Amino acid sequence: MKQLLSGNEAMALGAYHAGVVVATAYPGTPSTEILENLARQDGIYVEWSTNEKVALEVAMGAAYGGVRALASMKHVGLNVAADPFFAASTTGIIGGLVVISCDDPGEHSSQGEQDNRHLAKFAKVPMLEPTDSQEAYDLMDWLFKISEEFDTPVLLRATTRISHCKTVVDVSRERKADLKQPAFIRSPSKFVMVPSNARPRRNVMEDRIVKLRSYVESFPMNEMILGDRKLGIVSSGVAYQHAREVFKNASFLKLVTTYPIPVNLVRRFAKEVERVIVIEELDPYLEEELHQLGIPATGKDFIPIIGELTPEIVEQGAIKAGLLSAPKLVHKPAVSAPQLPARRPQLCAGCPHVGTEYVLRQLCFQNPSSPGPIKKGEVIVTSDIGCYTLGVYPPLSALDTCACMGASIGQAIGLQKAGVPNKVVAVLGDSTFVHSGITGLVDAVYNQGNITVIILDNGTTAMTGHQGHPGTGISARRTKATAVKLEKLVEGLGVKNVNVVNAFDLKAIESTLKRCLETEGPSVIISRGPCPLNVKATGKPFKVDAEQCTSCYTCLDIGCPAISLSDDKAVIDAGVCLGTACGICAQVCPQEAISEIGK
Amino acid sequence: MKDVNVLMVGVGGQGVILGSDAMSEIGMNSGYDVKKTDSLGMAQRGGSVVSHVRWGEHVFSPMVKRGEADFLIGFEQLEAARWAPYLKPGGVVIVADVVVIPISIIGSNMHYPTWKEIEGILKQYTEQIYLIPAPRIAHEVGNLRAINMVILGFLSEFLELKSEAWTENIRRRLPPKFLESSLKAFTRGVEEAKAMRLAKGVKK
Repeated sequence: MKQLLSGNEAMALGAYHAGVVVATAYPGTPSTEILENLARQDGIYVEWSTNEKVALEVAMGAAYGGVRALASMKHVGLNVAADPFFAASTTGIIGGLVVISCDDPGEHSSQGEQDNRHLAKFAKVPMLEPTDSQEAYDLMDWLFKISEEFDTPVLLRATTRISHCKTVVDVSRERKADLKQPAFIRSPSKFVMVPSNARPRRNVMEDRIVKLRSYVESFPMNEMILGDRKLGIVSSGVAYQHAREVFKNASFLKLVTTYPIPVNLVRRFAKEVERVIVIEELDPYLEEELHQLGIPATGKDFIPIIGELTPEIVEQGAIKAGLLSAPKLVHKPAVSAPQLPARRPQLCAGCPHVGTEYVLRQLCFQNPSSPGPIKKGEVIVTSDIGCYTLGVYPPLSALDTCACMGASIGQAIGLQKAGVPNKVVAVLGDSTFVHSGITGLVDAVYNQGNITVIILDNGTTAMTGHQGHPGTGISARRTKATAVKLEKLVEGLGVKNVNVVNAFDLKAIESTLKRCLETEGPSVIISRGPCPLNVKATGKPFKVDAEQCTSCYTCLDIGCPAISLSDDKAVIDAGVCLGTACGICAQVCPQEAISEIGK
Repeated sequence: MKDVNVLMVGVGGQGVILGSDAMSEIGMNSGYDVKKTDSLGMAQRGGSVVSHVRWGEHVFSPMVKRGEADFLIGFEQLEAARWAPYLKPGGVVIVADVVVIPISIIGSNMHYPTWKEIEGILKQYTEQIYLIPAPRIAHEVGNLRAINMVILGFLSEFLELKSEAWTENIRRRLPPKFLESSLKAFTRGVEEAKAMRLAKGVKK
C-alpha cells in the first residue's frame, strides 16, 4: 500500500513492523514525531524519558531483556546520551537496539550544529543513513537484524530533510505476531563492565567491526548507478537526492551504510569513473574515509561545510568547481529587492514566560540593547533551552546565556564563584529542569552557590509541541501518570528558600525575586502558569482606552503579538488576546488604560 | 505528466502544512512521484512557514530551487514577497489578501510593505499575479479557518487534475464539523480563479 510518509513517520512504522517492543525518547526537533507516531501503536511500551541519557539506558535495559528496543533523539541529545551509547557498544545487546539521531544542519531549531556521523565511528557503532522515507521504512527491519546478528547497538542517522520530508512509501510489511518473549540471561562477563570484563569486550568490539566491514560490502541498499563515467559522485542521505537533482548524467555511488563504509565497493566505483567527488552535508566525513583509501576525492573545497545543503547550493558549488556550466541566467531582478521586515519566532499571546522575563528585564538590564560590560547593580541572567530563550530578542532582551540543556544553573554557580560582583539568576523551564537542571541545583546546594534559580513552569515541553515530562503527570500516550512535584523535589534536594509564584502576577514575581536576591545561599522561584497553547486557554480579551493612552509604548515592551500601534496609540487584537487569562499588559500600563472589553 | 514545483509560504497557524499535505497526497493519488518538505523551525511561535511540494515522474530533491517554482502560494502578503526569488520566470503567484504584522516592525523604523510594493517585487519575476480575497470568501462561507481551502480551490484551477481529486482528499482530511464550509470555500476558490483568469484573458 502506498502512503505519503515523513521520514519520522516511516521510521516509526518501520520499527513497529520490525517488532520493536520498547521505544523511548526525549523530545527534540527534528526527532520528536518518531516517538509520537509510535505512541499511536498498540502492543508496545513507549515513554518520554527524563532525558536522552535515561532514554537510551531504558532502551538498553529492554534490549538486555531480549526484546527489540529503540531510542530516538536530536543530534545534541546524543551528546547527553553519549555515555550509555558508548557503554552499549561495549556490552553489546541481546534484543536489537536501534538509536536514531536526527541531526539539524542549518540549525532550524537547535543551539548548535554537529555531524553525528563522527559519533558512530567514535563509539564503534554501525551506522546507516536513509535517503528518503521508503529507505527509512525499509531500513528499520535491517537495523534490528544487524544489531542482533553483530551484538551491537546500531545508529540510524537522519537529518531534518529526511525526518521532515514526506515521500511515497510502499508499506510492504506487517508487525510480526510471534515476537521473542522477554527474558534476562545472567551473563556478568557481558553485562558487568568491571575492567577485567571490559577488556575482553574491546576485542569483541574490534572483531565486530571487521565482520561488519565485510557484511556491508553486499548490503543491498548501497547502490552504484553508472552513467557518464567522467564524473563519479559518492553521496548519502538527502545530499544524494540533491546531487541526483543537479547532476543529471553523472555516475553515482549511494551509500546507506556509512560506518563502516563498503571499502571494496567504493574502490570499484572509483575505478569505473575518471574523477570522484563527494557531496555530503556538514563535515567531510565520507571524503576523509575515501582519502584513507587513497582515493583522491574532492568535495568540501566547493560544497560548504556549514549549514544545510539545498540543490541550489550543490549546483552553485559544482559551477564554481567547473563541474557544471552556469545556467543561462533565468532572471535578474531589475531593481534590488527592498529590505523586508524579518519574521522571527516570538513568545505567544498569553505566554506565562513573558511576565517573569519582563521583571528580569526591569530589574536586571538597565540598557538591554547594548552589549558590553555590565554595570554595578545589574543582574546576570543565565538561561537555557526552551521557548523562554526567545526572551533574548527585543523587546524583552532579558537573557545573557543559552548553551545546552540545564547549563544555566552550573553557569550561574561558576559566575558567582569566579567572583563576578553582580548577582546571578538562572532561568530554565520545567522540562529542562527535570532533564538536566536537577544535578546543577544539587551542586548549588552542596557548594552553597549564591544564586537564584527561576523555574518557568508552564506544565509541558512546549517548544517541541507539548509533550509530557515527569513534572506534568501526562504520559507519552497522553494518559495520567505519576507527577513529580517540582517544589517537593527542590526542597528534597536541600534548597531552603523555595517560592512558588503566579506567572501572571508581576508584583509577586518582582517582590519574590528581590527578596531572593538579598538572601545568602541558593534560592528557587517556581513561576507557574500554563502554556496557553497546551491548555487551549481562553480569556475575555482586553482593550486599550485610546483617550487614556499617552503613547508611552510601555505595553510594547512585553512583546505581545496581540499589541500593536494604530495612529500612535496602542491597540489590542481581540482575536489574539487572552485577556483575563493573562493580564500582563494591564499590569505594566502606567495609565491604567488597558482593561477587559465590556468592563 | 508535467512536473509541478510549488512553494507554499505563510505564518505559523495559517494552515500552510495542511494545504501542502493535501496537495502532496493528491499528487501521489493521481500517479505522480511526490516529495514535500516543510521549513518550520519555530513556526508555532510566529515564524515563517515554507512548504516545498514537488510532483513529477521521479522526484529526487524535496526542495524547489530558486527560480524554479511554477507556483508561489502566499498565505500572507509579506511572505509571498519574501519568497518571490523562488518563482520561475512567468510562474504563477497566488496571494491571499492576508496581512500578519511581524512584531519586529512595531516601534522600529521599518514598515509593512503596501500591496503596491509587494506587487512591485513580484512583478520582477512574473506578470501572473493573483491577489485573492480569501479572507472575505472564508467569512462568507462561515469558516474563518477555510482560507487555505479557498487557496487550494484557486490553485486547482491551474493544474491538470479533476476537481474531485481535490475534494475527495479534503473530505478525508477534515472533521465533519468543518467539511461543508471547507468544500464551499474550495468551490468558491475555483470560481474566483475562473473569473480572474477570464478577466486577465488567460486561457486554461
